[in-house]
Amino acid sequence: MSSETVNSAAPGARSSVRAVIQSNLRDYGLVVALLAIMVFFQFTTNGTLFKPVNLTNLVLQNSYIIIMALGMLLVIVGGHIDLSVGSVSGFIGAVAAILMVEYGFNPLVAGVLCIMLGGLIGASQGFWIAYLKIPSFIVTLAGMLVFKGLSLAILGGRSVGPFPPEFQMLSAGFIPDVFGPIAIPQGGAAPITLHTTTLVIGIAIVVAMIYFSLTSRAARERHGYEAEPFALFAVKTAVIGALILFFTYTLASYRGIPNVMVVMSILIALFVFITKMTTLGRRIYALGGNAKAAQLSGIKTERLTFYIFVIMGALSALAGLIFAARLNTATPKAGQGFELDVIAAVFIGGASMAGGVGQVAGAVIGAFIMGVMNNGMSIMGVNIDWQQVIKGLVLLGAVVFDVYNKNKA
Amino acid sequence: MSKTILEMRGITKTFPGVKALQDVNLDVVEGEIHAIVGENGAGKSTLMKVLSGVYPHGSYEGEVVFEGNECHFKGIHDSEKVGIVIIHQELALVPLLSIAENIFLGNERARNGVIDWAEVRNGARKLLETVGLDEDPDTFVTHLGTGKQQLVEIAKALSKKVKLLILDEPTASLAEKDSNALLDLLVSFKKQGIASILISHKLNEVSKVADRITVLRDGKTIETMNRAEISEDRIITSMVGRPIEDRYPARTPQVGETLFEVKNWVVHHPIHTERQVIKGVNLNVRKGEVVGIAGLMGSGRTELAMSLFGRTYGHAISGDVFMNRKPVDTSTVRKAVDAGIAYVTEDRKTYGLNLIDHIKHNVSIANLLGVSRGGVIDDLKELKVANDYRARTNIRSSSVYQLTGNLSGGNQQKVVLSKWLFADPQLLILDEPTRGIDVGAKYEIYTIINKLAGEGRGILVISSEMPELLGICDRIYVMNEGRIVGELAGDEASQEKIMRAIVRGEGKTA
Repeated sequence: MSSETVNSAAPGARSSVRAVIQSNLRDYGLVVALLAIMVFFQFTTNGTLFKPVNLTNLVLQNSYIIIMALGMLLVIVGGHIDLSVGSVSGFIGAVAAILMVEYGFNPLVAGVLCIMLGGLIGASQGFWIAYLKIPSFIVTLAGMLVFKGLSLAILGGRSVGPFPPEFQMLSAGFIPDVFGPIAIPQGGAAPITLHTTTLVIGIAIVVAMIYFSLTSRAARERHGYEAEPFALFAVKTAVIGALILFFTYTLASYRGIPNVMVVMSILIALFVFITKMTTLGRRIYALGGNAKAAQLSGIKTERLTFYIFVIMGALSALAGLIFAARLNTATPKAGQGFELDVIAAVFIGGASMAGGVGQVAGAVIGAFIMGVMNNGMSIMGVNIDWQQVIKGLVLLGAVVFDVYNKNKA
Repeated sequence: MSKTILEMRGITKTFPGVKALQDVNLDVVEGEIHAIVGENGAGKSTLMKVLSGVYPHGSYEGEVVFEGNECHFKGIHDSEKVGIVIIHQELALVPLLSIAENIFLGNERARNGVIDWAEVRNGARKLLETVGLDEDPDTFVTHLGTGKQQLVEIAKALSKKVKLLILDEPTASLAEKDSNALLDLLVSFKKQGIASILISHKLNEVSKVADRITVLRDGKTIETMNRAEISEDRIITSMVGRPIEDRYPARTPQVGETLFEVKNWVVHHPIHTERQVIKGVNLNVRKGEVVGIAGLMGSGRTELAMSLFGRTYGHAISGDVFMNRKPVDTSTVRKAVDAGIAYVTEDRKTYGLNLIDHIKHNVSIANLLGVSRGGVIDDLKELKVANDYRARTNIRSSSVYQLTGNLSGGNQQKVVLSKWLFADPQLLILDEPTRGIDVGAKYEIYTIINKLAGEGRGILVISSEMPELLGICDRIYVMNEGRIVGELAGDEASQEKIMRAIVRGEGKTA
């Protein structure tokens, strides 16, 4: 046994680069697809896509979809679906408008109340799904109709706004530049002013990322476990680092990091942490993978399902607030069709309809793929009808690629 | 009579990195029962998939000749067309259709797409008569037990004018009575000229009914034995490549004081709530003791175990459970696990494993607290645990990152065992722990059981294979119709005594 491992060590190292790429084809493929789509639109929009103002817009436009996609990932990994998220987010936007505009609530108080209400809505749907075993498709389809109707009812068919300026800052504001801007002279042209704090944060993130991936790699090796080949590790880290730096530099040359992006980033990090490193996350994957086996392993599957929907409800509420702040008004139509974008993002990101499979990173990238296509096609002047057609085909293509890939393996 | 109907010559099938079959030869003559035996992963199922066209012509080397014609099956339809029908281990019936509908599924008795119900029912009735199943053709399949479902599958095969019937582990989930009926049926088919290929791990059955036996090992044909040459010992030697002197590892029992005790356990059926499924069971297991529960299918063994384990079966459950003489609450799985009880299910694929996840995650799932702190999983610790148990239970896999769905039955069972061992129970309830796994893996499972008993744990084994219970248990309870009808010390128990207890018990409940 031991002589075999020693002998195969040298050629094994080379072939394992290929093996690692092959086994992660889906993940790498997704990133490459996103980059390819971005480059494509960069050309077809004559360089508008990567303009600082547009990149900032891209983040603002997609933040609420991404935030809901995080919750939807848990729902879908857990083996369920939530069709009500669009209606719930619209309903919460309406409630927020009534509270702040008509009753003059403090934005912070109103925001907290709204998120709690979202959790309560999630609980009210999760109850039927978890404890009474009503299929989630049906419960949330009902929820979709109910909350669409309720937001019409409480708004009385009108639009309510504008919101107090503090609340608008949620979606329109940027983080303050504590270091003060720096200007880079451009020869004869106007100098570029950079948002220094944004740059500092970007660099800090890259440094932290390199540090943590190196230490976890070292820990694995110290305990004698195989880590991915160093060349691959280095290339991967370098590419991700470069992307983060490019991204923050571009944001810095406009107005810096939007407030919403801070919220979104914290949530993404939190959900990556939950799904990858906590017992809660592991239990959700076990639930979706085989609910009966999970239950017989001592997992309280009913309570877990219930909590998943509570989380989804709270995130839908947050997304509803962000969207309302962005429009600066609550309209009865807000949130309509969001559920489709959110669900599409999660499936493009590689989640399985049957549950048990899916990654937060995939869902986020899936959301960005949809977002970049929306944005790029709009700039190109593609009609909304054809945009729908193309998005539909991309969704189908991604899932077909997935299934084909899985069957081949 | 001895016309060869099937010849498979030089079959080689390669998967990326593995040669599943290597130059395998097999021939079947008209009207014979030809058994194929071999350890898990020996290539039996792969060979049958080649034969039935699941792996289409061109994806393997070698040739398949059926009734003198070389076959180029593109799929299962092509092989069925010439009269080769395969019945899989996992039955392919639609539970919410009737028996008659299932029999003619894909082969409907219809004119211009309109089903001729009279013909369907009559045809079904005739076929049911042939297979000896006394049920109304309109009964939903879901209301039948596994044994009867198997007969429906065979009736379905007969409806397709079958010439060669392939049965993959047909008796794995059947009790002895049903198994015998099924085997008798195969023998009766011989007269009609229907040949059968029987894949089975139950060597006693194979040696009883098979005309010839082909042994596969590591993807190669080892030998084909004639009727006269067949003996269980020779089959085993051929399968594992070395003689196994004893099928049950030796053990010196060191039985301590009472560990686990159940008193007056009563369970009602979850749907027909007025019916008692378990009717006042009393039993106990001592430390270091291996206790068996024998009984026929439907005697309530699994129901007893699952109702004890977090009330995962049944309704209106009453009775008391004691661990170390103290009453314990086992009303949820979590509480049962915390009380020191583990239940290893009889159906590892449905109830035991997350097949789309790898070994590491499956091993830790019943004891996540053991690899985490404050809800955060320590990845390295989890990896260490998984590697540790992989070595201890001898799970054969490329690494702990292999998906459990890609493991053979024996190795899957070891993963389920590892999962429960890591939860460190005092009492382990093993429900059919060796169902559908090969001789070598069975021996390993028995060794693990012995080791656990040696550590002072109590083991409760439910099994339909009486020799297995006789081989490993210190004490055997006999169950029938929801009652304990006998208790035998290991050294004085015999198959005959167990059967007698069951029969006596049947008289009592009437």
